[in-house]
Amino acid sequence: MTKLTELTLAEARDGLVKGDFTSRELTEQYLANMEQGRELNSYIVETADIALDMADKADGMIRGGNATGMTGIPIAVKDLYCTKDVHSCSASHILNGFKPKYESTVTANLWQDGAVMLGKTNMDEFAMGSSNETSYYGPTLNPWRAAKENGEQETKNYVPGGSSGGSVAAVAGGLAIAATGTDTGGSIRQPAAFTGLVGFKPTYGRCSRWGMIAFASSLDQAGPITKTVRDAAIMMESMASYDVKDSTSVERTVPNYEHALTGDVRGLKIGIPKEYRMDGMPEEIETLWQQGIAWMKAAGAEIIDISLPHTKYALPTYYIVAPAEASSNLARYDGVKYGLRVEGDSLDGMYKNTRAEGFGHEVKRRILIGTYVLSAGYYDAYYLKAQKIRTLIAQDFAKAYEKVDVILTPTAPSAAFALGEKSDDPIAMYLNDIFTVPASLSGLPAISVPAGLSKDAMPLGLQIIGRAFDEETVLRAAHALEHAASFTTKPKVWWGEK
Amino acid sequence: MSVDKKTVAKIADLARIAVGEDELEPLVGELNNILDWIEQLSEVNTDGVAPMTSVVAVDLPWRTDKVTDGGYRDELLANAPNSEHGFFTVPKVIE
Repeated sequence: MTKLTELTLAEARDGLVKGDFTSRELTEQYLANMEQGRELNSYIVETADIALDMADKADGMIRGGNATGMTGIPIAVKDLYCTKDVHSCSASHILNGFKPKYESTVTANLWQDGAVMLGKTNMDEFAMGSSNETSYYGPTLNPWRAAKENGEQETKNYVPGGSSGGSVAAVAGGLAIAATGTDTGGSIRQPAAFTGLVGFKPTYGRCSRWGMIAFASSLDQAGPITKTVRDAAIMMESMASYDVKDSTSVERTVPNYEHALTGDVRGLKIGIPKEYRMDGMPEEIETLWQQGIAWMKAAGAEIIDISLPHTKYALPTYYIVAPAEASSNLARYDGVKYGLRVEGDSLDGMYKNTRAEGFGHEVKRRILIGTYVLSAGYYDAYYLKAQKIRTLIAQDFAKAYEKVDVILTPTAPSAAFALGEKSDDPIAMYLNDIFTVPASLSGLPAISVPAGLSKDAMPLGLQIIGRAFDEETVLRAAHALEHAASFTTKPKVWWGEK
Repeated sequence: MSVDKKTVAKIADLARIAVGEDELEPLVGELNNILDWIEQLSEVNTDGVAPMTSVVAVDLPWRTDKVTDGGYRDELLANAPNSEHGFFTVPKVIE
């Protein structure tokens, strides 16, 4: 018999409804895996008691014939989501001990549908990072380790990507069936690519941001991290909603995303942007991309060369806009309302000491950059200029979508790298998001699908970017790509008891 | 454009982050590295381009200006590091 924790979300849903097993049984197996997998440091807090209560409630819903796609499904929640009376700190020391008295809309939607919370996952502090190494709670380890030339598994550790590093490590390591992530510049898609998973960022406005700890409000968006595209479709439908409490959430009907997975991409027009062929990009990334193009062509899609001329400016634009918004959002951490407080000789002294001790180095660096680009005399040269280039980047996509339905690119410029390899060079770290940031700046839906292995046997992903609010076409194309790639490799367990 | 120690000290003050004298020099280097890299944006012609204000084309919703929610004093104070008599407390600001 297959271990219950090897099932996909869709398989678990079907098994639960058929009565093959209960949510309590499934949840208990995950709790046992979580205990075995603590070395990965994917969870900051485990919520076993809450999980079992929720599982029992879900079993009641199933018995009563009221099951939804998410009923009884044990998931991990990124620490960035506020969950009532449970640790919600965005992996920052400045929110030390914060247990909100309210629930984020996205998690409330999931609990309403009967999902089960296993715990809160590790992440880069305030989602600022691409490796999960900026967390106050220490780095999360990638369940995947590279293969040496002789085929043996490496003994060193690799990053899981970031910022949703704990969420992907939990799912890839079998410590959750799926997880919530958040994506500001690639924080769902890049870690999903690094761990052989599906990561889906929907259109900006599709999910409510209410109760998500803010990083850069014009970019932040919730999304699922799952084993398959079908799982992503099921979870996305539960997470998405219009919410009066978030004025940027959009009042549109949420479709049945699973219905979009027809398997048919004949005649679908797929754009290949020439600007995503970067200097110094490893050959294996280019090879994988070409393979992806060939797969989609074989499935009947039409491949069209396109140009997104402002691509190379997306990353520096992002590193003005995101820190600017962050410096404003993070002004709320003042030692008064919640979290850490470090006394000083005056009110200002208390603010300064609290923020000096509470924020980590990367967060401080971004607050300082953000404060600088918004300050008098520099606002026009930096911030306004960046917002204009952002318009140009969005226009590039708009022009491309006159000719194509979706765009296919690599997700990240490399496979997962070793722990500590890039932590001393901020710009080298920022370059991880070179292929994911343009869609973020333009608010477009984008998904990463596991598509192959690097030469040292680490997972690689391909990205599909779609039109605003056309999640269905993105999922349909991703489903076809997943089918063609048939990526089935799992990480070899090296953690816990051998 | 680049920053010097004086500018970094000023923005740290504006951002209300205590930065020690010994931390200033390394920060000057780090911030200038990032600012140098961002500098490439100046080569883009943005004449006549409107700055982005909304990433998806939607009108912000309107609602009647009336109180619809509230009364959570105790919940709000529950996470305060310091509170007294139903208020947040801060160090004395008036002599």
